[in-house]
Amino acid sequence: MANVLIPLIIILAIVALVQITRVSELLGELKKIDVNNVTEEDNNTQGFLFVVIGGAFLIFVVWQMLEWNHLLLPPASSMHGEQIDALMQFTMGLILVAFFLLTPILFYFAYKYRGRKDNRAYYYPHNNKLELIWTVVPTIILTGVIIYGLKTWDSVMNVDTSDAHEIEVYSKQFQWLAREAGEDKVLGASNFKLIDATNNLGVDMEDPNSLDDKVVREVHLVVDKPVLLKFRSQDVIHSAFLPHFRVQMNCVPGLSTQFAFTPTQTTKEMKIQEGEDFDYVLLCNKICGAAHYNMQMKFVVETQEEYDAWIASQKTLDEKLLTQK
Amino acid sequence: MSDHHKETFITKYIFSLDHKMIAKQFLLTGMFMALVGMLMSAIFRVQLANPGESSILYNFLPSHWINEVGALNPDKYLALVTMHGTILVFWVLTAGLSGTFANFLIPLQIGARDMASGFINMLSYWFFFAATVVLIWSIYVPSGPASGGWTIYPPLSALPQSIPGSGTGMTLWLVAITLFIVGSLLGGLNYIVTILNLRTKGMSMKRLPLTVWALFFTAILGVLSFPVLLSCGLLLIFDRSFGTSFYLSDIVINGEVLHNIGGSPILFEHLFWFLGHPEVYIILLPALGITSEIIATNSRKPIFGYKAMVGSLLAIAFLSFVVWGHHMFMTGMNPFLGSVFTFTTLLIAIPSAVKVFNFLATLWKANIRFTPAMLFAIATVSTFITGGLTGLILGDSALDINVHDTYFVVGHFHIVMGLSAIYGMLAGVYHWFPKMYGRMMNKSLGYIHFWTTFICAYGVFFPMHFLGLAGLPRRYYTNSSFPMFDGLSDINSIITFFALSGAVVQVIFLFNFFYSIFKGPKTTKNPWKSTTLEWTTPVERIHGNWPGELPEVKRWAYDYSKPGYEDDFVPQTVELKEGEKDV
Repeated sequence: MANVLIPLIIILAIVALVQITRVSELLGELKKIDVNNVTEEDNNTQGFLFVVIGGAFLIFVVWQMLEWNHLLLPPASSMHGEQIDALMQFTMGLILVAFFLLTPILFYFAYKYRGRKDNRAYYYPHNNKLELIWTVVPTIILTGVIIYGLKTWDSVMNVDTSDAHEIEVYSKQFQWLAREAGEDKVLGASNFKLIDATNNLGVDMEDPNSLDDKVVREVHLVVDKPVLLKFRSQDVIHSAFLPHFRVQMNCVPGLSTQFAFTPTQTTKEMKIQEGEDFDYVLLCNKICGAAHYNMQMKFVVETQEEYDAWIASQKTLDEKLLTQK
Repeated sequence: MSDHHKETFITKYIFSLDHKMIAKQFLLTGMFMALVGMLMSAIFRVQLANPGESSILYNFLPSHWINEVGALNPDKYLALVTMHGTILVFWVLTAGLSGTFANFLIPLQIGARDMASGFINMLSYWFFFAATVVLIWSIYVPSGPASGGWTIYPPLSALPQSIPGSGTGMTLWLVAITLFIVGSLLGGLNYIVTILNLRTKGMSMKRLPLTVWALFFTAILGVLSFPVLLSCGLLLIFDRSFGTSFYLSDIVINGEVLHNIGGSPILFEHLFWFLGHPEVYIILLPALGITSEIIATNSRKPIFGYKAMVGSLLAIAFLSFVVWGHHMFMTGMNPFLGSVFTFTTLLIAIPSAVKVFNFLATLWKANIRFTPAMLFAIATVSTFITGGLTGLILGDSALDINVHDTYFVVGHFHIVMGLSAIYGMLAGVYHWFPKMYGRMMNKSLGYIHFWTTFICAYGVFFPMHFLGLAGLPRRYYTNSSFPMFDGLSDINSIITFFALSGAVVQVIFLFNFFYSIFKGPKTTKNPWKSTTLEWTTPVERIHGNWPGELPEVKRWAYDYSKPGYEDDFVPQTVELKEGEKDV
């Protein structure tokens, strides 16, 4: 109901405003003044409003930062994520400084240099020295930002995956699935033409490596152990987004993509920190169809023992496909 | 011009060859589409604040978009988001903005009687109009309009099995965009040729107003990048209708194994963003040009650092062609390529910073006259600062990992591109309205419109950054499926409140606009005491612009408050005094 009432009230307010303006215009006509001419009084009012409303905007920004800080993602639960967080803090600090410098200057100038009848603007078409300064200074700062950013990117993306625990993450409308490599630690071959109701990842069972693979509906990771997620998609582009780990990668049909990282916090630790209902979750972050908003899979980070017990309880593909046939 | 043929209603108002009339046609069509796009955003904002509930606003929608309990269908939510993006990016901020002001200002400000080819100019509008009709039509087809996001990534956009909107709706979308591109190319070529060939005597490139420079670069960007989108769309049409596999490979959908092998959706993304990123600047540059002009005029001061302003426009235009990959950091591209795109993207911050500092320096020691246009121009600088800064985060590939495709992006581009361009457009309308219609818009309504819009717009888009930093992906029908987003409903309600209010206050503008066309007080020749050539034309707006000889230009466009002159402005047609130097 509020949805309807609020706009209605606003409409009434506007109608009132329009009427008031009409009256002022008619009065102006009677008194023979041009109501659309910007007067010194207007300049005072508008300049003042820039300070007041501009100031209110800045206060609104600070308020949001204080009030909503607790809603933001907790610190990264992965090794590379800590680097990303550090870069984020550096960059965010930088842009906040720039924002809180430039915006007040803009609004203050609007107020300070509001027009007066007897005043004349200062004819100042250019100053090469000044312009050089404000080209060079941002260039130097940006060089720092770029170097820091690229170093972080490089160390996040180029990691040695030789001893990483390999897991395939598979996307389709509107579901995530995952495949563990099993005892042999090698994922069996797959082909989209083999996909059917029972073999929903199209795993090639002729490949001996496939037999001990395990298709699972949630992903379990061992804390502090590197993992390599390999992504495939069955139908449209999806994007595997694990915000708590600072991990994101598109899943593209016909293309294999990957992301390697090392989780650093178990789910249990996070529950203590973030509340009992906390769970790591994989979201879809590329528009993929009607139920895009509800495409999720649970991730669990646990100790080696807990993981071993869990993986042992999962059936291999060989067992699964046999029993189904 | 020629007195032989009499103008009928049809040749004057409909199939007009006069650039001023064509500009108004673009403006009115753009405004109409802006209303449609804004209404769509109001509707999906209501869904986001009250997911799964019914709303009176849904009465605007075709009835099959609504389910039994009166809530919006999830795929139709995506249809609304897709159409909102398409309409705002292409119809409003490309055609509505460039189409209006390039047509209107280029001949008037360079001292030409009309565009190089009036006929091609007219065709440009009518292609755009046809595109508009097809796009609106697509909303009403039974399976719904395109729903795969305005970026129409295949396979989602290629396969009707994946989402209903990818059926007839998507076909019509592609037809509409093809017509749109043809129109926009015809217009763009005309703008370029006109600026290069039809400048009046004395109007050297160095004396062009910044609006014309900005529109010139915009037209070049459009002419170089839109053909790529056209070919990108053509290949998609082939994949959709003729069984080719440019973008498709290894797909099983609804249990059906498709024959396509060897294509790549990433190819589509490269082609799309090769247009898509310059497109951002096709939208932004005209707004920056308009802002420069209006800030100088109303500061009663020359624009600070004219050459640097032109140079930074050129730098931004050039760089915009080599940064498209920053939309694709998460596609699995080679990390080295990601590094290159991070580097080029962050470089754009340098010319952008120069522009901001030059705007501030223009305001310094000014004698500001706060017309409604000036208020919007200052707001453009504000949003350009606010939104530009968050670009440093998104352009940095390492940081993009966690904010890519979240509401952080939505907040960023709506502020830096959406608001800056809309403010620029509104500033332009308020400023050149007297030239367009010979009447003045009401000042007080303009003030009220500005402040309410300014407050609501920041109220909508600033909080989105926090949603993004909380990890919320964009294009979600609701965020209630994930417990981790439970705390965000307050923010969503605040955004929706401001979005609805912001939509409603546009009524003030519409009223002012249409009322003033017919009833506004008559204007004088040069109401803003401006220096540029358009204000030397008669109020009556004749075909051919100047009744007698074309004006001759003697100086640059920004001699405001020049020492040695009594008035605080010296029109471009005034001869330089002896010993006086042109800047």
